[in-house]
Amino acid sequence: MSAVPRFLRTPEGASGALILAALALMALLAPVIFPNDPLSIAGPPLLPPFQDWSLPLGTDRLGRDVLAGIMHGARASLAVALAAAAMSIMVGAVVGTIAGFAGGLTDEALMRVVDAFQTIPGFLLALAFVSVVGPSLTVVVIAIALSAWTGPARIARAEVLSIRERDYVAAARVVGMRPAEIAFREILPNALPPVLALSAVIVASAILTEAALSFLGLGDPNRVTWGGMIAEGRTVLRTAPFLSIFPGIALVLAVLGVYLAGEGAVEATAAKRGYA
Amino acid sequence: MPRVLTIVRRRLLAAIPVLVLVTIGTFCLLEAAGGDAVDAYVGMTGGDAGLMEQLRQQWGLDQSAGNRLAAYLWSLAHLDLGWSVTFSRPISDVIAERLPNTLLLMGCAIALSFGLGTALGIGAGARPGSTRDRLLSVASLALYAVPGFWLGLVLTVIFAVQLRWLPLSGLETIASGKTGLAHAADIARHLVLPVAALGFIYLALYLRTMRSAMAEVWRLDFVLAAKARGLSPRRIVLAHVARNALLPLVTVLGLQSGAMLGGSVVIETVFSIPGLGRLAQEAVASRDTPLLLGIILVSAVLVIAINLVVDLVYAMLDPRIGSGDAE
Repeated sequence: MSAVPRFLRTPEGASGALILAALALMALLAPVIFPNDPLSIAGPPLLPPFQDWSLPLGTDRLGRDVLAGIMHGARASLAVALAAAAMSIMVGAVVGTIAGFAGGLTDEALMRVVDAFQTIPGFLLALAFVSVVGPSLTVVVIAIALSAWTGPARIARAEVLSIRERDYVAAARVVGMRPAEIAFREILPNALPPVLALSAVIVASAILTEAALSFLGLGDPNRVTWGGMIAEGRTVLRTAPFLSIFPGIALVLAVLGVYLAGEGAVEATAAKRGYA
Repeated sequence: MPRVLTIVRRRLLAAIPVLVLVTIGTFCLLEAAGGDAVDAYVGMTGGDAGLMEQLRQQWGLDQSAGNRLAAYLWSLAHLDLGWSVTFSRPISDVIAERLPNTLLLMGCAIALSFGLGTALGIGAGARPGSTRDRLLSVASLALYAVPGFWLGLVLTVIFAVQLRWLPLSGLETIASGKTGLAHAADIARHLVLPVAALGFIYLALYLRTMRSAMAEVWRLDFVLAAKARGLSPRRIVLAHVARNALLPLVTVLGLQSGAMLGGSVVIETVFSIPGLGRLAQEAVASRDTPLLLGIILVSAVLVIAINLVVDLVYAMLDPRIGSGDAE
């Protein structure tokens, strides 16, 4: 059985894939179903949900369509999380490869930097970075990556340390490949699988970090984000709690989908090796 | 040298380069922020270019970046974190005032997530693969997917707004004049919701770690021996399997302390608890970068301290660690 059907056959993998597919569909269809700016006024303010079928989830304090916000929010949330995860895995893999392959003083210096980054609570670092540079989508991506690249770096380094003693690396040396070439063309690709195994956790925590940053008002002010909607709804929590609850449910589903898909992938690979 | 001292010394030596790097990093961020303390001060009080020039000379801000970094490191070495323009007080005073509240919140949240997570993990790991195990695993995954600040808001809606069982926010009833036990009970009532919001999120981590560590231990020979001796299943689970699976939990506890400190920023903001996290949010809102970086430095020291304690606990649980040759 090949990888994808095996993945979909695990209950976790199937449910995770279903949730993520639904979210991706929401993100893709948002501009088709709701071509208007989700930040524009669509109806009377504070319309409760399930009353008016043209505004099924109601409106917020300023009369903005909650459903349109949630669907457009899926775009920002997923885009930021995927970009930040890709960035932290790439940076981490490169730094880890350099540290593990070069060894000696380079390794020592790079790993102390990794230590320093891991000593600062990731969220505080992201918070400080965004508040110093100013909130925009790119800055939020970099901020999240800053707090998440150390895990991949450590794992890549450990993997490189074991790979660099293998025969095919020695063969590459004999053939006369330059060290940089050996590190990035021979070793890095082979060190990637265990690093990629982290991606579910990294994407999930990126979604949560982005939401927390937007909740504190440090998201891109020109875009709808789930965290921003929750913060906005918080001002009327007593009278209209649904404004904070709906985007939160979307958030929980997105993170849960990523975790479930990750679990499914782990189980599928374990089954391949004949453990389970 | 006693084992404990060896561990403490090694940890402290390793902490020095890390702290220097963190300091240089925060200094770079401070530089990147653009605008200095004088801009912030004059922005609040008003003043002309002449005054700004004079203040810059007075505060040493007209020096080169290298000199200022040296001065920054020098004052940090004297535990002087600088001056907060927002509070018009030394940053170290403001932080010292807020830190105990955060430690209280974090301590309770860690106790909750560690205690309950371990107990549920034993429940799941007692029979790996059982229905109870699968249910607990999925439930913990769902809980882990919940953002702390949102859980806090939902709990507030249910328990403070609808049921009115618990106070909405803050750390104590303002000007209640309560003392002694009544005062402590008042604080405890205020802490229930924020501790639940912060602690429940991280519970899943302990549950899952405990469960998978127990799954490993079940395969070991001494468990088979315990079964052969006819011990009761309850005794095997608790005294043999769970007990030997505890070590990884301590590691997670150390790793998680930083994340929880970060999580307390949003939780303290949601519940208006005057702690370090809310201070960070206030520093961001009022663009008080030196204060924010001071908080980061203090958090880094806190994380190092927690990990030192974790290392010592680890050494207590496992006598092979730090005995000299086991490096």
